[in-house]
Amino acid sequence: MGAQKKKDAARVPEDLSRQRLQAIVIADSFTTRFRPLTLERPKVLLPLVNIPMIDYTLAWLESAGIDEIFVFCCAHSLQLIDHLKKSQWCSLVRTIVSHKSTSVGDALRYIYEQQHTETSQIQGDFVLVSGDTVSNMPLAELIREHRERKKRDEKAIMTMVIKKQSSRLRIGSDQLFVAVDPLTKQLLYYNEGGEVCLDKSLVMDTSVLVCNDVQDCYIDICSPEVLSLFEDNFDYQHLRRHFVKGLLVDDIMGYKIFTHEAHSSCYASRIDNLRSYDTVSKDIIQRWTYPYVPDISFSGNRPLKLGRRGMYRASDAVQSRSADIGASTVIGYGTRIGDGGKIFNSVIGNGCSVGSNVVIQGSYIWNNVTIEDGCEIRNAIVCDGVKIRAGAVLLPGVVLSFNVVVGRDFVVPAYSKVSLLQQEIKEDSDEELECADSSKGTADLLSDVNNLQMESKASELGPDGAGYIWEVCDSVHDEEWWKHSIVPIPMDKLADITQVMDDDDIEDESVVPPRGELKSDNDSISTDANDPNDDDYCYFQREVRETFLRAVEEDNNVDHVTPLINSLRFSYNMASADCAGAIFYSMMRLAIDTPHSSTSELYRNATSIINKSKGLLGFYVKQIDEQIEVIMKFEEMCEETAELVPLFAQIVHFLYDKDVVQEDAILRWGEEKAGADESDKVYLNQCEAFIQWLKEASEEEEDEEDEEDS
Amino acid sequence: MPDVQSMVAEFVNKLRKRKIEGSQATAKCTVELLRSVISHQRVPHANQAAALIDAVKAVGQQLVAANPVELAVGNVVRRVLHIIREEDLSLTTAAMAGLDLLDASDDDDIDNCKGIGYPAMSAAVVAAAARSTLRPPSLQTLLEGTPESATVPYTSSSGADSESKSKSADKSSLTRKLKHDVIEGVNQLIHEISGCHEQIAEQAIEHIHQNEVILTLGSSRTVLEFLCAAKEKKRSFRVFVAEGAPRYQGHLLAKELVARGLQTTVITDSAVFAMISRVNMVIIGAHAVMANGGVIGPVGVNMAALAAKKHAVPFVVLAGSHKLCPLYPHNPEVLLNELRSPSELLDFGEFSDCLDFGAGSGSLQVVNPTFDYVPPNLVSLFITDTGGHNPSYMYRLIADYYSADDLVM
Repeated sequence: MGAQKKKDAARVPEDLSRQRLQAIVIADSFTTRFRPLTLERPKVLLPLVNIPMIDYTLAWLESAGIDEIFVFCCAHSLQLIDHLKKSQWCSLVRTIVSHKSTSVGDALRYIYEQQHTETSQIQGDFVLVSGDTVSNMPLAELIREHRERKKRDEKAIMTMVIKKQSSRLRIGSDQLFVAVDPLTKQLLYYNEGGEVCLDKSLVMDTSVLVCNDVQDCYIDICSPEVLSLFEDNFDYQHLRRHFVKGLLVDDIMGYKIFTHEAHSSCYASRIDNLRSYDTVSKDIIQRWTYPYVPDISFSGNRPLKLGRRGMYRASDAVQSRSADIGASTVIGYGTRIGDGGKIFNSVIGNGCSVGSNVVIQGSYIWNNVTIEDGCEIRNAIVCDGVKIRAGAVLLPGVVLSFNVVVGRDFVVPAYSKVSLLQQEIKEDSDEELECADSSKGTADLLSDVNNLQMESKASELGPDGAGYIWEVCDSVHDEEWWKHSIVPIPMDKLADITQVMDDDDIEDESVVPPRGELKSDNDSISTDANDPNDDDYCYFQREVRETFLRAVEEDNNVDHVTPLINSLRFSYNMASADCAGAIFYSMMRLAIDTPHSSTSELYRNATSIINKSKGLLGFYVKQIDEQIEVIMKFEEMCEETAELVPLFAQIVHFLYDKDVVQEDAILRWGEEKAGADESDKVYLNQCEAFIQWLKEASEEEEDEEDEEDS
Repeated sequence: MPDVQSMVAEFVNKLRKRKIEGSQATAKCTVELLRSVISHQRVPHANQAAALIDAVKAVGQQLVAANPVELAVGNVVRRVLHIIREEDLSLTTAAMAGLDLLDASDDDDIDNCKGIGYPAMSAAVVAAAARSTLRPPSLQTLLEGTPESATVPYTSSSGADSESKSKSADKSSLTRKLKHDVIEGVNQLIHEISGCHEQIAEQAIEHIHQNEVILTLGSSRTVLEFLCAAKEKKRSFRVFVAEGAPRYQGHLLAKELVARGLQTTVITDSAVFAMISRVNMVIIGAHAVMANGGVIGPVGVNMAALAAKKHAVPFVVLAGSHKLCPLYPHNPEVLLNELRSPSELLDFGEFSDCLDFGAGSGSLQVVNPTFDYVPPNLVSLFITDTGGHNPSYMYRLIADYYSADDLVM
């Protein structure tokens, strides 16, 4: 069996080897979410479960069969190049350095320019990932798919990997909406965060898959055209916000983007905020990223030993017998843990020393950290070389940057970020760049640090501490800062957000059901929920009314409203009769809400509205039952609104005149009501004359028919 | 030299990434690598064996560290070390014996043996000779060795004798001889490893009888060959295959078996106990056999073994000799299991909510071990390429294959 597998494995790369596989790794996120940590070290070198993030990316790319990896360095490029030189991938990796780039767009433009100077660069399709991607997805299949598609259709220049996920809160990303053609897998719409406004043609299309339960893995297979597109459109900065949107909306040269839904058994995630740092770390500890886990040496790291309950320990870690080390904990090489410590759900790096009676929970302690006796650390990130003096407390959400010293018994406030470097006063924009600081030069930084250490009395972390506390809130993510923090989302926020999400869902569903195909042929699904849940019906009615009002405002054609109503109908599982009722309800409400002085004016309003929208109503009242439903609905409304009561017979008559309601329906309604209570018969009595007239008319007709027959 | 180093690096890399599947393939790659290490190793005049041993050990340590779970790597490295030691020993003893014989100048014997002995002398013969002369006799060597024991020392001595006679002044030829012999021995080991399936399968007819029902779990090439060999000999029997969740390799095995015309039934792992009363024999392929006779096999094997014990069904383990591990499972450094990705059990997308999401909710842990350990008292019989053995006899086989000096690398 083994031999056969090997043969298979040997065949796959052979197929691909006709063309060299290249990858571009953007080793800079061009954002400020990891500040102040990224002021001193590039983000991709920050340790993730004690291994630099970029090692996960490179190990994955290498085992996926990539022959050449270009790493684009921007901020702290020297540190990064140094790291890559020492790593096992030095033969595989080539670095491209540009300090001027301020976005992915700039980076790709720079690479494109370089291509002309050095001929041996990007030759064919390439994989574009960011240096903070953790994945174990096989790429061979995906690349083959892309190439075949490219062969058939020259305009298919990019394949984007998406992945189903149940909750966007896990990795703190924004809500993502995509519309995909289920047959060709072409991407038709992409929106991350912000307002969702789907193009009408998309909603109208019967077979488009619209979903909001996917995650964008930021793994793209691109053709060389992508680089030249960036070159041509010099204002493209962000890969998704500008490039993808630009391609989809502006329809440049008819280029198309396709998607690939990653198989559920593989893992792919990007770390672009502290929340995802926490989540991905936990996933690694839970081994979802196998074989990139701490007990396997995949990047030249020293493998740890895996014990029970997901506890990884270095063989030479020293731990007091009285220390209580809980599940899902990682302890690095040369680390000592004192008596009575309690450590849960945390990662502790190499060469740390933890005193006695220390509590560490849900935290990430990097290398060479000294924690003295009696400290308490919850949900914090503690960088290399930090000293936490005895009795200090870190409240949840604290981030301590490199070499910070926390004074004795000092309590670091929750969600604060502490660094030896002072926060810059001016904050230009959310796109402020890490590289801006690298230009300042490390020498400056170091001298700053030295000064600070000398005058450490000025510190904000207690008398014997060192470090400045940064402003808590990012100006940008003001109201959502907790979403991106390392701390698990607080219960109250969680409750709020699920509430909002539920509301969202209800609102969204007016346009998009969570996942599924929008269909406009209404006989394809037979609804069997005859007496729907009251709540559901209320929501449904409200939605229909809003849709109707929008349509009236925009003066829309009936054809445009029907699909919307249909989609609502399917998402709430309503019968056609319910739609008719709801539409009629909306019409009458509109009439009532229109200012009027007398009942006759109200009647005029109502008739004009019915006149205008009878096409829409007519669409749903093809059956007698549905027409009866309309009349019953009207009855109900009259109960609620006294104003309508005198108009009942008149409007029913008008509906009859306009062919919305047929005489059979009215007669049947009359028969049904005949047996009802006296109080219910108010409306029946009102219509008595009308029904009588109808009956006579029909009898006459029958008579005539009889006569004709005879 | 850089060539060998890059080969080692490449192989280490493959092992690390878990790209080589199956003990046999790994073992074979390892020996082939070691062979090229030996052939490229420069040997000094004095103490050549030590130089070779050091070289092989250095590479071996890297390989073992790269994938400590694959015990076959360590086993093979130890086997090669053992071969080096034996060859060295046999050369020195032969030289000594040759001198003795030279003094005695027993011409008849020398003439007798020269014709056959010298050109055809293989390392194995020498090794066997060394074993029979220098080791406390084991039952097997006693039984197997008796017909040869008289002649072997002579052949070896004659070879060495003629060598020492003709080229006693030339030291380099002797070094080349050691290396040559070692490579010969390693080649034989490669041959043995690649032929182990056939060797084991040959014995199938003795163990599988007409109309029997055989149960197996997971997938093993050895088991497949074993069953097919019995089928080829016109035995008709039925096979139950427990699917071996969560990797479901049993499905693959069942497919192969059906393709070869065996009556096959796939059952779930959880149905093993229910079916065991109908089964005549359980046959399992081992991942590794430990020195105490315990077995490391695919997950679920222990359960099957216990079920077999309960119903007094023979539990037979097939293992090529490269799977014999000279270590004991009690050693915390040794009993190794690999926990694979939970995605083999659960769909990440659906379950990501339970995985440490909010502060209040509990978190879901998934454990997906690859291997199981079966204690020796549950195993009825081992079938290796040298024949059937009792679990309690394993230590003896191991003593034959490995030197005690190499147990700790």
